[in-house]
Amino acid sequence: MADPRIIIVGAGPAGVRAAEACVQAGLSPTIIDEGRRDGGQIYRRQPDHFTRPYQKLYGTEAGRAQAVHQAFDAIRDRIDYRPETLVWNIADGHIWTAKATAQEALPFDVLILCTGATDRLMPVKGWNFAGAYSLGGAQVALKSQAVSIGHRVVFMGSGPLLYLVASQYVEAGADVAAVLDTSPFTARVKALPDLLAMPSVLWNGIRLTQALKRAGVAVHHGVTPVEIVGDPHDGVGGLRFRDRGGTERRIACDAVAMGHHLRPEAQLADLARCAFAFDPLTRQWLPERDGDGRASVAGIYLAGDGAKILGARSAEASGRLAALAALADLGLTSDTGEMDRLRGDVATYARFARGLARAFPWPAQQVATLPDEAILCRCEGVTAGDLRAVMRETGAQEANRAKAFSRVGMGRCQGRYCGLAAAELIAAEAGIPIEQVGRLRGQAPVKPLTIAIGDDA
Amino acid sequence: MSRRFVRLGETDRPPLTLHVDGRPVEALVGDTLMVALLAHGRTLRQSEFGPEARAGFCLMGACQDCWVWTETGDRLRACSTLAASGQRIVTSQPEASWPTHA
Repeated sequence: MADPRIIIVGAGPAGVRAAEACVQAGLSPTIIDEGRRDGGQIYRRQPDHFTRPYQKLYGTEAGRAQAVHQAFDAIRDRIDYRPETLVWNIADGHIWTAKATAQEALPFDVLILCTGATDRLMPVKGWNFAGAYSLGGAQVALKSQAVSIGHRVVFMGSGPLLYLVASQYVEAGADVAAVLDTSPFTARVKALPDLLAMPSVLWNGIRLTQALKRAGVAVHHGVTPVEIVGDPHDGVGGLRFRDRGGTERRIACDAVAMGHHLRPEAQLADLARCAFAFDPLTRQWLPERDGDGRASVAGIYLAGDGAKILGARSAEASGRLAALAALADLGLTSDTGEMDRLRGDVATYARFARGLARAFPWPAQQVATLPDEAILCRCEGVTAGDLRAVMRETGAQEANRAKAFSRVGMGRCQGRYCGLAAAELIAAEAGIPIEQVGRLRGQAPVKPLTIAIGDDA
Repeated sequence: MSRRFVRLGETDRPPLTLHVDGRPVEALVGDTLMVALLAHGRTLRQSEFGPEARAGFCLMGACQDCWVWTETGDRLRACSTLAASGQRIVTSQPEASWPTHA
């Protein structure tokens, strides 16, 4: 093939390293990204006029963030970079993009999806009040805008991000009321063998927890969230939870940052008709790929957290590996020695990620105790009771059927924030394994388009 | 407390003025619309499906909970749109059109 058309979706660590590999092979890939600047969420670059240094923005990951940014800057003139552009559909060998009101269909020979992740959310009563934010959102507020999401913030959920963002808030001078972790401390001990795959990262995590305690922040393990207390007009006013001993406690706060680790943004892989498989450890459906990132559909490659949550370091390695695999498949030279080394790196990151998934498990059991009046779908205000009633009335036990009857997953977030919990609720209510519920199918457009789309196309 | 977001630094940026629901709002160059609005107020918009006001959720363009509008009717995601001098923003949808929930 003389001039293969390579399109990379996403300019985070996976996308940048994939693009870099293509440029090094003498090619000029197109890289399409929703962000205003490169870096993705994890290495998000602050806007002009902000002056905080790398160390302050990215802490222990400052060197990596800077290296990814420099790699992008170095290839910027040799790629077709399209920021603030959404890929909203894939069909017939084309991707469909939208930027403001302009849209375009671009053909590709190779498509490398580096679409990243969003927070995985377990609903709690009151999470629809103003002042409840995703953990990742709380971090974006600080990293990209130098603001705290509130005057007094509770961090609730589980996963490495819980401690990272809470400690970043403390460091930046925010008032952190408490860190409430749903996972029991014993889970962390059991996960130690896998977590030792990356001793320095494990040590960083331990230091974060120590820093929080030194700063006087209450850290509770094994909690059960009960309710975010609030007022429809004024938003969050406090939080009720049961500690690991079962005693109910109440904390006053005006903001809650919540989340349970992450979930891949895999809608585009779905629209490209890639096969998915159920992952029992994370209880998520993930797009299938081989060890190098090849999806089940020829020409489609998957890398980074958009395929499976393995972290930013793995994203860099898997992005480069997927690009090298694509170049090899195109019959262009590639370095098998380097590919072997990258495969080894990815395997190490995967072992560590397995440790994290075990240390900070998704609290699937919580959904059974979600009261009927609790909002399940924030977009359209559909309650847990509404979905349970739909199941009783229609017998729906499959995710897409339940969605059609209840509208859970049909709102403007397209099930990103309610879909996994809704599946758990269906499974718990029907008494069936979660994998039997299936998964919400990706739909185009993967995000809402403006009605004026096409006006200046 | 009349504001939701608290600025923790980076306040030496040049100021700008936009209008929100007809009233002038002071912000800083580089602020998103979300930060510009929530550094002064408690909420961004009213939920169409419940009694409560909303203030966004994900801040990364995925949840669509932070929609605001220009006076001419264009929809904007407050978390991913930069504030600019002279912008005229409204926090309720012009000619609200949710026919099944009117």
